[in-house]
Order: sequence, then C-alpha cells, then structure tokens
Amino acid sequence: MYTQALNTSDGDDRAVEDAARAAEFQARIDQDERIEPNDWMPAAYRKTLTRQISQHAHSEIVGMLPEGNWITRAPSLRRKAALLAKVQDECGHGLYLYAAAETLGTSREELVDAMLAGKAKYSSIFNYPTLTWADIGTIGWLVDGAAIMNQIPLCRCSYGPYARAMIRVCKEESFHQRQGFEIMVTLCRGTAEQKAMAQNALDRWWWPVLMMFGPPDQASQHGDTSTRWKIKRFSNDELRQKFVDATVPQAQFLGLTIPDPGMKQNENGNWEYSPIDWEEFKQVLAGNGPCNRDRLAARRKAHEEGAWVREAAMAYAEKRKSRQLAQAAE
Amino acid sequence: MATPNTPLWEVFIRSRNGLAHKHVGSLHATDATLALQAARDIYTRRGEGLSIWVVPSNAITASDPSEKGMMFEPAESKIYRHPTFYDVPDEVGHM
Repeated sequence: MYTQALNTSDGDDRAVEDAARAAEFQARIDQDERIEPNDWMPAAYRKTLTRQISQHAHSEIVGMLPEGNWITRAPSLRRKAALLAKVQDECGHGLYLYAAAETLGTSREELVDAMLAGKAKYSSIFNYPTLTWADIGTIGWLVDGAAIMNQIPLCRCSYGPYARAMIRVCKEESFHQRQGFEIMVTLCRGTAEQKAMAQNALDRWWWPVLMMFGPPDQASQHGDTSTRWKIKRFSNDELRQKFVDATVPQAQFLGLTIPDPGMKQNENGNWEYSPIDWEEFKQVLAGNGPCNRDRLAARRKAHEEGAWVREAAMAYAEKRKSRQLAQAAE
Repeated sequence: MATPNTPLWEVFIRSRNGLAHKHVGSLHATDATLALQAARDIYTRRGEGLSIWVVPSNAITASDPSEKGMMFEPAESKIYRHPTFYDVPDEVGHM
C-alpha cells in the first residue's frame, strides 16, 4: 500500500463555520479522541480526508498493474504464488480504503469515476515501468518499504475508519517488503548478470521512491492543517530521512550501490542525500510520466470490460427479489 | 458508468479465539451470497476467522453521536454498580 504527498488540504474553500463547533472539534483531536463518520467535522477536514483516502485507494488499485505485469513470468512457482498473493493484497487494501473513504459521504462509484476520468491522483511511483524481474524485488523492498514508513503513523490518524483500515494494511504490508528483499538477496547472490540486473533496478527506482514522500517541507503549504488535525504526524522530509537511514545498510548488505555519489553520513548518523529532481516529480504528477497513459487506459479497459458482470449481478439480485415478493404475495 | 450503486454490507467475523463476531469493515455486493464470498476474499485472506456475518448496512439503527451525553448519562452516575464501590475488610482477602 502506498501513500505519498496526499497530505495537502484545501486552503481555498475553508468555509467559515460555527466557531464553537470547530473549537470543540479541535479539542477532541487535541485529546487524541477518534473522529467517527457521524460526528460533526469541518467541511475542509471531510474534503481533505476524502481526497487523501481515495487517492490512497486508487494507488493500491493502480499499483496492481506494474506488479501484475510479472505474474505470468515469475521465475518459479514459489515466486509466482507469492506475487499473486501480494497483488491480491493490494486489491484488498484498495477496497478497505474505498470503504473508509465512503464513510465520509462520497460513494465508491463516484470516487472510481473520478480516477478513471483522470481527475483524481494516485501515487506517482506507479507511472514507472517494471522492465525486469529485479523490479519486482525492488518494488517490494523500496516501494513497500517507503509505504510502510508513511503508513505506520496513519494507524494513529484522527479519523477512526482510516486508522482502522491502516492497521489492517500495515499488518499485511511487512510480507510484501520481505518477499521483495528476498528476491533482491537471491539476485545479488546469483550470477554477475543477475546482480547487474538488481543494480540496474535500484538505479532506476531510487529517486522515484524518494519522491514518494512528497515535496520538501518548505514547499508543502498545507502541512500545518493536516498536522493540527492529526491526519499527518510526521513531515515529508522527516519520513524521507527515516527511510533513507533504514535503507542504506540494507543496500550495503546486498552489495548494491545507491545511485547518489554525493551521499554521506553526517555526525548524527543520518545519511544526507543529494537534491531531488522535483521537476521530474511534477511532470509525472501532471500526467507525463513513462506510463501514465498506459495505467489509466488499463484501468478504464478493466472497468468497461467488467461492466456486464456488475450489471448481470444487479439484474440477478433484482430478479430474485421480485420473485420472493411475488411468492410472499401468493 | 450509469449503473446504480451496489448495496453496502457490514462484515462481522468470529475469530478462532472463541470471542463474539466483531465488526471488521464493509463492502459492496449485489446480494447476500456475493457479499459472503467477497467478505471471505477481502477480510479473511490469512485465516482471520471461522464464521462470517454480513448485514445490509441500511438495516443497522445507530445511536446519535451528538446525543451521547444524554444516552449514556444513566451509566455515568451510578458508581454503586461497580465492585470497587463496596468496602470489604482487608482480613477477608480477595473477593
């Protein structure tokens, strides 16, 4: 499961609301109370969360595509079964999250339509292609690793349904990261060619993975509100640093080189990395990444080709219901 | 995309440890049979349960959170309903 840069709130439509209710709401948050679906909440809180949770859900669903690409070409039955289970988990995570988002008052159909229409965003990382089997290892190791860093604090998010969904997701996520790292260990202990493939995958994924944590703190204009509402507990840069510090020793263990010659450890033990190319991030978010069009086209095709199933299931349920009513009337 | 929204169901699962069915989340399905199958796939991929209930969400009547003060007041003021309200001499020991 994957989140990124989803923590921005709306500055423009923060309506002036009942000040007393807003103060009461903030007091509940400050006391670490959970906000539940039928509780009063500021419109901006509802809107921010609807967007963040639904984008998170879209990311899970779109995230099935790059990995699904390798299910039929997995190198062994063991790897294939594991990858299939992982992709099924991503689907489940998407569904938990859509359910959580719906409690805020927007239907899943509307949320999905917004994504298919290109109006809702999903994590930029899934707009990169999976070119080799090593990419599957790298996604598990780094993409899921970064997602875990992002998601653990969300288990304590102020909105109850989101926090509960995240607890389920986090429980399942650690299998994803471990299966990815195991693939990397196997490749790195393999032939020179296999190790080169692992290095090549790391070279391509490293920077996009760092971008998953979202824009740098100075550039993030709405972080304050999300922090005040306890939707966000750590800043983008804090989480990014935590991730880098955890990952460097893992790369060293694998004998792989992080593609950042300027990287060095400071006196606090933190690994300092070179500046990130935020122009690339902006381009991918704007729809100009390597796979943006493919991903949306694949989602639209799946949605359209599944339409008859949804319609048939609905028609069957209607038929049964009217038959039962007719029998009851006899 | 003009299809009407699929009904919502609440899912309850009884885990291995003998506890009661517990709410785990919700899902969409057109009928009860499909709701049960979807609940199995979405909420029990790792042996989380031995029994599943699915309930149409619109069949649930919920208390109003804005009236919780009045709703639960009777329980707040009756400390004599708790065992610690009563003094038992120390020499009697655990009771």
